[in-house]
Amino acid sequence: MPTTPNMRETFLATTEEIVDADPDVAVVLADISAAQLAGVARRHPDRVVNVGIREQLLVSTGAGFALAGLRPIVHTFSSFLVERAFEQIKLDLVHQYVGAVLVSYGSSYDMPAEGRTHQSPGDVALIDSLPCWYVHVPGHPDEARRLLLDSVPGDGRVYLRLSADQNAEPHLGVGFQRVRTGRNGVVLAVGAMLDRVLAASEGLDVTVLYASTIRPFDAAGLRAAVGEVADIVLVEPYLKGTSAHHVSEALRDVPHRLLSLGTLRDTEVRTYGTRADHDLAHGLDAGSIALSLKDFLRS
Amino acid sequence: MTTTATAYADLPRLISLMTGDDKHQAAAESTVDVLWVLYDRVLDISPENFHDPGRDRFLLSKGHGPMAYYAVLTVKGFLDEAELADWSSARSRLGHHPDRKRAPGVEISSGSLGHGLPIALGAALGLRAGGHSGRVVTLVGDAELDEGSNAEAIVVAARLGLENLTTVVVDNQSSTHGWPGGIARRFEVEGWATRTVSGRDHEALYDAFTTEHPGRPLAVVAVVEPKG
Repeated sequence: MPTTPNMRETFLATTEEIVDADPDVAVVLADISAAQLAGVARRHPDRVVNVGIREQLLVSTGAGFALAGLRPIVHTFSSFLVERAFEQIKLDLVHQYVGAVLVSYGSSYDMPAEGRTHQSPGDVALIDSLPCWYVHVPGHPDEARRLLLDSVPGDGRVYLRLSADQNAEPHLGVGFQRVRTGRNGVVLAVGAMLDRVLAASEGLDVTVLYASTIRPFDAAGLRAAVGEVADIVLVEPYLKGTSAHHVSEALRDVPHRLLSLGTLRDTEVRTYGTRADHDLAHGLDAGSIALSLKDFLRS
Repeated sequence: MTTTATAYADLPRLISLMTGDDKHQAAAESTVDVLWVLYDRVLDISPENFHDPGRDRFLLSKGHGPMAYYAVLTVKGFLDEAELADWSSARSRLGHHPDRKRAPGVEISSGSLGHGLPIALGAALGLRAGGHSGRVVTLVGDAELDEGSNAEAIVVAARLGLENLTTVVVDNQSSTHGWPGGIARRFEVEGWATRTVSGRDHEALYDAFTTEHPGRPLAVVAVVEPKG
């Protein structure tokens, strides 16, 4: 067990600080994390609201707060926040033209023993079907805190996707950050995929880029990293190929090859077990990523 | 300056610019009297105060059939009569469902049912948190209540004691499976103050909308003729 706070704990502590400090911020919950925020809810009952197990109302309430001029932070598990309440995200936020900071916990399979109902590998792809979103996929609690603090000012639409997995060290830069430089390709690791990508690409002559913000997609950063060998590998901790269309657009005038790694699209993984079991099933453990890289980059 | 009485009498003509019906049919629009009483006597909403953060807000949740809404917004100075006949064309900012980004005076874009009341709940919370005295009124249809999202909001609005929230249900008995025991009962059992009145009787509507309801949200069921 980690002795330092994980991403979810860090988010909750940071949210408490924000609500205490900023009278224009509201928090909307649907039971999840309500116990941890009970103290701040007692101090600010008008601005910290738990609607119970009602995810449609969760998102709509956030939209109403925004229409009344407050900045809502809306939080629950990723599956319920994005998938169950998707029409509320599409209409009550995007179509009403208001913003919110949506913060999910659960990632693609953070709670594997709970089964498919608590897994949300398609959340980023769903958000990506809507215009004008910031999508943050932090790989470390310090990044989650920074991204939350950066997201609260203003009125933009933000999806902050917290996960149980994390990298050993935070990378607090913006855009695609170059972690390693090589000549035979570019591997883009998103969020908690970084450490396993670094392990998997050990000994390979490749550039490794890191993204904690995947929307907007840093096309200039990708182009700048591409050298003579335009072989690109995307490693995303959610649905395989979610950012492939952005790679194609960024390199539309550059002949290139692309390998997309991520969670499987063609099957439901119905295993319970651990996150490590699911990493293996989806080919997202360091060993599987290493095999994929060696196969794709052979030349 | 048009007097209030003449302005109301003018609504059927404005509506018929959009529907092409005669004025008698236009006057039968289910929401026209509720909208008129709200905009003329109950809510403080005008082009002058529309950007005031503490203003009253009217959220038309039942977005279909917005002709009476557009007619009232015209009389109240938000829209221009000259644009009504061309509504729903590619040139018009007025569609079959209102768009808040395009039509002045429109607080929410609606069309998909079951969104207005939940958003209104959030807006009422926001006004309360901001220390504003404005009230939020949302209009839903009796068939729209079929959407379960309304049930979520009905429970929570009452538990949070949202006195600044009013839901008006225009009941033209069009819900497929109906509401045995009555619509008001659905709100009342959760803790709302409720009034059921004729949706055509301006005095009764005014009285219902201005009923004191300390510490609770208010539901007004405005009964009109069954949908033909």
